[in-house]
Amino acid sequence: MKTINLTVNGRDFQLDVKDNEILLDTLRKKLNFTGAKEGCGEGECGACTVIMDGRAVTSCIILSVEADGSELETIEGQSIGEEISDIQEAFIEENAIQCGFCTPGMVMSAKALLDRNPNPSDEEIDIALSGNICRCTGYYSIRDAVRRAAEKKGGNK
Amino acid sequence: MTEEMIGKSVKRLKALEKVTGNAMFVHDMEVQGMLYAKMKLSPHAHAKIVNIDTSKAERLPGVWTVLTGKDLPYKVGLYLVDKDILAVNKVRYQGEPVVAVAAESEEIAEQAIELIEVEYEKLDAVLDVSDAVKEDAPLVHENIEELESAPVFFPKPGTNIAHHTKIRKGDVDKGFEEADYIIENEFDLPMVDHTAMETHTSIGQWKPGKKVKLWTSAQSPFAVRNLLANGLHLNHEDIEVTVPYVGGGFGGKAGIHFEPLVTCLSRASQGRPVKITMSRMEEFNSVPVRQGLFSRLKTGVTKDGKIVAQETEFLWDSGANADYGVNVTRAAATAGAGPYEIDNVKLDSKTVYTNKIFGTAYRGFGHLEILWAVERQMDLVAEEIGMTPYDFRMKNALRRGSVTITGEHIGDSHGKVTECLEAAAKEIDYDNRSSEDLEEGKKRGKGIALLHKAPAMPTNTGTAAFLKFNENGSVNLTVSLVDYGQGTYTALAQIVADQLNMPVEKVNVVFEQNTDTQPYDWQTVASKGLFMSGNATIKACQDMAQQLKEVAAQPLRASVEDLIIEDEKVKIRHHKDQYVTFKELAMGYTYPNGNGIGGPLVARGNYIAQGLSNIDPETGQGHPALDWTYGAHAVEVIVDEETGEFEVKKIASAFDAGKVINESNVIGQIQGGVIQGYGSAVMEGYQFSDEGRLLTNSFTDYKVPSIADIPELTPIIIENAQEDGPYGARGVAEHPMISVPPAVANAVQDAIGVQLKEMPVIPEKLFELIEEKKNK
Repeated sequence: MKTINLTVNGRDFQLDVKDNEILLDTLRKKLNFTGAKEGCGEGECGACTVIMDGRAVTSCIILSVEADGSELETIEGQSIGEEISDIQEAFIEENAIQCGFCTPGMVMSAKALLDRNPNPSDEEIDIALSGNICRCTGYYSIRDAVRRAAEKKGGNK
Repeated sequence: MTEEMIGKSVKRLKALEKVTGNAMFVHDMEVQGMLYAKMKLSPHAHAKIVNIDTSKAERLPGVWTVLTGKDLPYKVGLYLVDKDILAVNKVRYQGEPVVAVAAESEEIAEQAIELIEVEYEKLDAVLDVSDAVKEDAPLVHENIEELESAPVFFPKPGTNIAHHTKIRKGDVDKGFEEADYIIENEFDLPMVDHTAMETHTSIGQWKPGKKVKLWTSAQSPFAVRNLLANGLHLNHEDIEVTVPYVGGGFGGKAGIHFEPLVTCLSRASQGRPVKITMSRMEEFNSVPVRQGLFSRLKTGVTKDGKIVAQETEFLWDSGANADYGVNVTRAAATAGAGPYEIDNVKLDSKTVYTNKIFGTAYRGFGHLEILWAVERQMDLVAEEIGMTPYDFRMKNALRRGSVTITGEHIGDSHGKVTECLEAAAKEIDYDNRSSEDLEEGKKRGKGIALLHKAPAMPTNTGTAAFLKFNENGSVNLTVSLVDYGQGTYTALAQIVADQLNMPVEKVNVVFEQNTDTQPYDWQTVASKGLFMSGNATIKACQDMAQQLKEVAAQPLRASVEDLIIEDEKVKIRHHKDQYVTFKELAMGYTYPNGNGIGGPLVARGNYIAQGLSNIDPETGQGHPALDWTYGAHAVEVIVDEETGEFEVKKIASAFDAGKVINESNVIGQIQGGVIQGYGSAVMEGYQFSDEGRLLTNSFTDYKVPSIADIPELTPIIIENAQEDGPYGARGVAEHPMISVPPAVANAVQDAIGVQLKEMPVIPEKLFELIEEKKNK
């Protein structure tokens, strides 16, 4: 057991975690941020994607002790009440959601991309999202949604 | 208003909940006092269970229950009741659950599993369908004649054949005599996984009085209830099945899966709720898949390109169980000639047990598999007789007046496969196949493939819908179809809005499914959801409209016949300024003096498939199809003629949807389906070791398409109305996946002339064929 400090969506948490505990479990089971999902448990599907210190990471292969002192953003931090982010709005407008299970991870990967590159090319979108599997949409609408979100944020095009 | 609402891309219901991470899947759920289950899996493909020692696991603190197959004398299954909850006496595939534990945490459950010792005696395993049908083959199930089954399935005693569908049309021997060419080929494809992003997960709670409460990630709450009641000998009314948000299904969550196990674990754990969640590795190893298929096709053709005879054998690799697989065998057989008219047909389709993970429904329900063979055969035949694949298909395609292989007459209400082909081919500029603009060694190829599919379901499949008003004049629609991403609820909301002439924003489709409160639906499968539930919803709306008018007629002092519904009001037809609003009628109309009439409005509608009949066991003649959806893909590839590496440049996919209710959701189904089919075409497939051990049991070893893999795609929608479909609509959910693989392989053949007969289409195989061709 080790005591760690995490900032999640701007809120500070101090909690005890086991040495082998993974960040996804800490977020989901201890802090009840259940938006991130476990799709594979080995960092291959992206359903568990959160942003850690500005980078999109697959939280199922990060130990919670590694995340000590870091700033995390999860899907829960992307909306407040009725207000949702540009990316989320774009996902709805482009019908980039079917079953919805991969959606939180997709949105977080898209956010990490647009935070560092407000005007990505299609190729850059594909690279940023290639670690997120969606079995429903075929990805076209997701690519369109990221493009649209970039436009909303004021990227050119 | 009709024009505005039907066909419009109304935004998907519950998109906000999903995009904010607020949608609660069973994956996310915890119930007070919940225990966690884990399973010990068989390491062998076929072995006798000699001894199971659970004593150490039982003594581990935190363990509540350890169950083995001997504790569970039940069989479960959909069409053929052949599944054990945990293996009894022997294991039939690597990955089969043998022992299950319920404990206070997942960690303790995992530790307990490690402490269990199982002693096996290995048996000869049969891994290939061609071996499994031999007379001396080891039997996967010893006494299949004793298994309970739906009356349309016929397990063959003393064999591994769980079912055999026969289709006989015309006189195939005479047909071959008339043929100028007879061309025979064999085709093969492997098992494939659904890989829904939410793995199978269920929570079960045993309640006093033999009652059960379940929360499960399933496609069909009523099928779960029915099969659990039958399997565990419980009363239907004592089982409550709740299905919240479901993270993808694609057929993999149809029927019943781990619900009986968690129910039995809870029963043995003093009624503590028990949750099981498959890890991704367990999902690959222990959860059913799309069956493999070996096909043999012999086609007789005249010089002018008319197919006069076809003899077909399908051997379905159903793995160790066939509870669902038998119906894939049957349903796909009824479509087994492809969308072509052939006068003389002999078709045999057999479900074959092997010692591998078992098969189940998967988007397309056997049709992707059979059309791999049929549509490859079409190109091989066309090449042999010197016709273009396009002309050869056009010559033989089903059209008005054609008779299908089960004796169905194609009429005005059917879609038009020829229009689909024309549109798709045009979109890729099919006739222009020059490679002049490409670098040396690269060849352009263009391929086409057709498809058709009708829902595979019992002939008397039914569904129902409830409609009720809320206090503010909005309505709630309740159906038991599950919307796990298809978007059907949005289309149903549009239907209600159109029928009752009200804003779609005021139509709430109840999302969470519950067998206690919702009306019956057989299953959410087969691309019949919008068709059947749409028709039931229309009837519920008509019932509601009648009730609205009957109540409104009194204060309006008009007869019901003179009333119309418009803008959330019931109006007198010729005096539209005289009306009563929905809100005033919703809970019962109140006169100014306080008198009330009517009462809270509730309406119902139901629908049952009409005019369908079982096929004859000896000839396959009958009418099993609710509606046929036709489609065509056209694919452009560029292939390296030395290495076999290729790039799919473009896919155009056309479907005759009858009538589109929600355009963006139809496009979504096409895009998602085509890419799933593309995965089957170019990368997916189970691989086993010689001992029957699954080698592809993670996303590292089993690749599915990512956003970086997708080619350019143009969806095309064609609308030839289906008379009995809601507004003329027919299903288009599974179809986009079907025939993508042969379209790709046909394009490759067009480019470099190699004849691939085995899926998936990968450069390694093409390279081998290129080398073979060189050495000829």
